[in-house]
Amino acid sequence: MKLATFKGGVHPPYRKELSKTSAIKVAPLPEKVVIFMQQHAGAPAKVVVEVGQKVKTGQVIGEPNGFISGYVHSPVTGTVTDVKKVSNVIYGVAVEAVTIERTGEDEWELLPHGDPEKFSKEELLDIIKQAGIVGLGGAMFPTHVKLNPPKDKKIDTLIINGAECEPYLTIDHRVMLEKAEDIFAGIEIVKKILEVEKVYIGIEDNKLDAIEHLKKIWSGKVEVVPLKTKYPQGAEKQLIYAITNRKVPRGGLPMDVGVVVQNVSTMIAIKEAVVDGKPLIERGLTLTGEAINTPGNWWVRIGTPISWLIDNLAGGFKENIENVKVLMGGPMMGIPINNLDTPIVKGNNGITTLIPKKEKSTFCIRCSYCVTVCPMGLQPYLLDLLSKKRKFDDAVEIGLLDCIECGSCSYICPAKIEHVKSIKLAKKVYRALRGGRKK
Amino acid sequence: MKLVTGASPHLRNDDTTTKVMLDVIIALIPALIGAWYFFGFYAFFLSILGAVAGELIELFIMRGLRKDKTFTPNGSAAITGLLLVMNLSPDVPWWIMIIGLVFALGVAKHAFGGLGMNIFNPALAGRAFLLISFPVYMTTWYSPTLSFSKWIDTQTTATPLALLKEGGISNVNVSYFDLFIGNRAGSIGETSVLLLLIGFIYLVVRKRIKLMIPLTYIGTVFLMSSLFYLINPEKFGSPILHILAGGLILGALFMATDMVTSPMTPKGQAIFGVGCGVMTLMIRYFAGYPEGVSLSILLMNSFVPLIDRYTQPRIFGEVKP
Repeated sequence: MKLATFKGGVHPPYRKELSKTSAIKVAPLPEKVVIFMQQHAGAPAKVVVEVGQKVKTGQVIGEPNGFISGYVHSPVTGTVTDVKKVSNVIYGVAVEAVTIERTGEDEWELLPHGDPEKFSKEELLDIIKQAGIVGLGGAMFPTHVKLNPPKDKKIDTLIINGAECEPYLTIDHRVMLEKAEDIFAGIEIVKKILEVEKVYIGIEDNKLDAIEHLKKIWSGKVEVVPLKTKYPQGAEKQLIYAITNRKVPRGGLPMDVGVVVQNVSTMIAIKEAVVDGKPLIERGLTLTGEAINTPGNWWVRIGTPISWLIDNLAGGFKENIENVKVLMGGPMMGIPINNLDTPIVKGNNGITTLIPKKEKSTFCIRCSYCVTVCPMGLQPYLLDLLSKKRKFDDAVEIGLLDCIECGSCSYICPAKIEHVKSIKLAKKVYRALRGGRKK
Repeated sequence: MKLVTGASPHLRNDDTTTKVMLDVIIALIPALIGAWYFFGFYAFFLSILGAVAGELIELFIMRGLRKDKTFTPNGSAAITGLLLVMNLSPDVPWWIMIIGLVFALGVAKHAFGGLGMNIFNPALAGRAFLLISFPVYMTTWYSPTLSFSKWIDTQTTATPLALLKEGGISNVNVSYFDLFIGNRAGSIGETSVLLLLIGFIYLVVRKRIKLMIPLTYIGTVFLMSSLFYLINPEKFGSPILHILAGGLILGALFMATDMVTSPMTPKGQAIFGVGCGVMTLMIRYFAGYPEGVSLSILLMNSFVPLIDRYTQPRIFGEVKP
């Protein structure tokens, strides 16, 4: 079998065996949830509830505040007990968050819903917007915006991302095995919105059971493309290249080559919104890593504090652990949290707990491993060097802004240089110096 | 229990600079063992001294002169020591080797900023320094004794390439087989092509080598010397002689491929390899000196920043201008 792939990349220890055989279980309802008003790329949502107000499951508590923004809903039935700014590790700033204490079982407030056939394209997009759906792979870009490209961009291909190249994470694997019908219903809806016929799903070949399963039940409807197991195979541009041989131009978007990419879990959220009327208030995630007792895959409410998940679902931390790193997401691109009460957000596909190792970085010995593994064809050693010298314009010229921050260079570096760290910082400083203006 | 944060990625492979260096040392061992066999116990003594002195000199430079109290030896200076010894005549006095090593580490390496910052391969720079300072010691060669009695009876002779230079191809009296296994006069570590290849294969398996450089370097030497061979076989010598005799194999496999002083992209590495090949033969054919490998690599080292600048890889999605 010839496997589709891209140039570069690394093979970290995948450690998916910790949770890949554990079927998704529905978590009990948490007593308290904290919901960020920014769980999407773009402007934070505006709070529309007050302290003391009673809310139902699925009720709107935040409204979009601009074109790229989104609705936020209450994940439980209860009382609003607090509205205040909370530090949000995902975006690095404090944003408004609504705390809700649960008072009982779910009383749903549903969206208009029904057979997708009876809705027009515009109505479907509106339901997706009303449901507050964002890309669930991690980037959290509002889905209704992504599914509504400018008229001059002709979309001919839909790619469903089931690669799941991040080590440790297994939730996409499990949903492909357990919820293929929901995914397919979501695909049908997206096909109608985008008016495309060609649909691919890309899956790494370390999930052979999912590949076989979907090939069998989707035969003739969705083309299942087995991908080489290699990180970052699930990065949008690399995935598009592996499957269609099209290269997204520098600084461009998938729509520039006629492609829209959607994560498998996003398909489920779309199906649940349109068919069942449920806004995005819950999702599947993997609780995993060496530091917890029982790794597994769970269906949880958004806004649940990570400490609650670890205590109630993961059997707590193992004993005698001195240091632990708790990540929102997988180990390659996940964000470490500094407070266990941090609630999960829409883009959380996993919580990875690692026992950290101390590593000292030394000088670059110009081994060129980083150049070899960079999936974007960059020279990470040089970007690191120029960033540290604050030569941002030179760095931009050789591709600073093209870096997808996958971390392959830092992973492979024998001198333990943290390329991605300085690249991320340089990007921020460069953008700040430019005053937010586009080039 | 403490929550630790830090920059992504949170997984790193377990490779380290020291492991890279250790692999190179392991790869040099077969050729060193061969050298001890062919040139005797003194060669053994010299290589051990080179490796140990290299690390000690670097330790002194880092802790004493550069005031880096946390510095721990990483093996790179031992490689410089071994490579320097391998590039010397088997009879060079040990103190000359030490002077070369001090120059290699003190000037060629640390004056430029230390590990990773040096422009020239330190071992070759050390050798070039000795060649200028002690030309007689550096160009006196011995026949392999094929015994451990090096100190008892040695016989000065010329290296195959020097013979070629003096009297043409008919003057060269070594068989290709002897050249291949290393039974000929030459520098300590350069004579046995076979043993150098064994170490090289180890580095390839461990993915420690920029494969493009040896391929283009040796390829260029082969093609170019074939051309000259067709013009005048008697004067220029056969391509096989040019590959097997002299320091080409040692240079192409272990010196030109030095990570620090070679280009970063495959395209740049190809340019570097071809450049080394052309320069090597130009020196061998037309300069007064019979052997061109180390000087050509040093010369190409100086072009690496320029090569790196003009061989930047195409960024994913970049349109050809």
